[in-house]
Amino acid sequence: MIRHFIKRLAGALPTLFIIITAAFFLIRAAPGGPFDQEQTLPPEILANLQTAYGLDLPVWAQYGRYMGALAHGDFGPSFKYKDFTVTELIAQGFPVTLKIGTLALIVALGLGIPLGAYAALHQHSAGDHAAMSLAVVGIAVPSFVVLPFLGLVFGVYLHWLPVAGWEPGSARHLVLPVIALCLPPLCIIARMTRGSMLEVLRSQYIRTAFAKGLPLRVVILRHALRPALVPVAGYLAPAVASIMTGSLVVESIAGLPGIGRYLVQGALNRDYTLVMGMVIIYSGLLIAMGLAVDLLYAWLDPRIRFGR
Amino acid sequence: MNGDKIPAGAAAAFAAVALLVAIALIGPWATPNDIASLDWAHVAAYPSLTGAHWLGTDRLGRDLFARTLEGLRVSLAVACVASAISLSVGIAYGAVAGYAGGRWDHFMMRFIEVLSGLPLIFFVIFLTVIFGRSQYLLFFAIGAIGWLTMARIVRGLTLSIREREFIEAAVASGAGAGRIILKHVVPNLMGPVIVYATLTIPQIILFESFLSFLGLGIQEPHASLGTLIAEGAGEMEAAPWILLVPGGVLAVLLVCLNIVGDGLRDAVVGRE
Repeated sequence: MIRHFIKRLAGALPTLFIIITAAFFLIRAAPGGPFDQEQTLPPEILANLQTAYGLDLPVWAQYGRYMGALAHGDFGPSFKYKDFTVTELIAQGFPVTLKIGTLALIVALGLGIPLGAYAALHQHSAGDHAAMSLAVVGIAVPSFVVLPFLGLVFGVYLHWLPVAGWEPGSARHLVLPVIALCLPPLCIIARMTRGSMLEVLRSQYIRTAFAKGLPLRVVILRHALRPALVPVAGYLAPAVASIMTGSLVVESIAGLPGIGRYLVQGALNRDYTLVMGMVIIYSGLLIAMGLAVDLLYAWLDPRIRFGR
Repeated sequence: MNGDKIPAGAAAAFAAVALLVAIALIGPWATPNDIASLDWAHVAAYPSLTGAHWLGTDRLGRDLFARTLEGLRVSLAVACVASAISLSVGIAYGAVAGYAGGRWDHFMMRFIEVLSGLPLIFFVIFLTVIFGRSQYLLFFAIGAIGWLTMARIVRGLTLSIREREFIEAAVASGAGAGRIILKHVVPNLMGPVIVYATLTIPQIILFESFLSFLGLGIQEPHASLGTLIAEGAGEMEAAPWILLVPGGVLAVLLVCLNIVGDGLRDAVVGRE
């Protein structure tokens, strides 16, 4: 188990390295540069700026410098946000993004699994049909439609919650963005749980458990739920990816000071270091999630052996 | 099909999709307003069935009905082209991997595994930034994301088809690998593949509108549902219909397409 985990970890680092390298050369291949402005700079100033940021070096040398600094945990200075390093920008915004992302994931799991289990236990009931119809809607309608709509209803018309904005420590500002973010993964998790739960309930050992006279609650919680959650665990990494991409738009609609806006803005502004920082954060998170899922698998279903 | 009937819900959803497609195609002739003309007398006008603008106008006085239809058309066109790309690449890759088997199969599937571990959305953002925001690139970038799952499914199907007698017969009669894949493997894949393709269409539409919402997709004066929603989200408090019309159309389209896909899958793959 531990050996397997170390092996996966050793496999993940080259992946991250390849992603960083590919992103570095891709963004430099883009036409234009970080100092393109509406007013063109005098050539001397441009040359000075380029030297100051090391942009006059050949790309390979820039790559070497960047990777060297990165090895020391230095993401470099931002090109557009003068006086800020990428590390500072990320340190400011990341807690916000992490907060709404984590909350969305918790809500998605905390409501999706019981909902799916309920639907499976009451298959073909009105509740099952209602839950699964709602799930189709939740999967299909994107967060950038859901969030403005919720803002319109609960913010503009009902005045229950703020439409947008952010106050440190205010939970009210987080409600709508978190709902919009968690909805698609929540619905997918509910459907998955329902499907795998139905399958598990038909297996021999569940019949045995019932035949022993165990009450329903014990059969579900102690015998059925854990194996039924294996596919859900497999979906965790895609769920995190979906929440991360969702946060790109949700943050901009809700006016949250997270890091979501930096990725697109940074790419459009050719803010090389900022984009790189974002790619590293996001792909690092995804890869870490993949590793965590591996561990979770082994705990959920001991039949899964990581041989070979 | 194993005798299961398509459920009524899926049939209704299919009818709704067909209706939307028809409106999108016929629409330009049915409305007197075009997508770019500005009507300064009616800026951000309310929707009214008796007025000149059935669904109201946006901040610049452009007819929302015409613009929503244009957005719908663009979204559907992107979906068709991008799913055709992901379908053909996915089938070719998956069928070759599955038929070749052994080391080739292992290597090709490993490649897919690595690719699907990457945060592809970043690379699409990069690509749109690097190569300018051309519509053709958009098609390819979106299609490039869809083919991974398709290749996996096709490869799995091919592995089982490869063991069937008619393939053995084809080999015995001296057909080459390329001919066998084209003439014998691919035709037998089509049923399930089409089903999965219907399931990917809503994802592609969603992704296109996501990119357009971020300002990376379709550019003015053209509109996609994503750009219209982005516009509407900014005007939400003063003129909510600018958001609600395209948002509602996108929501209905995606929900219906998902129901159709699920219904087809249940009918072909069999209900649980």
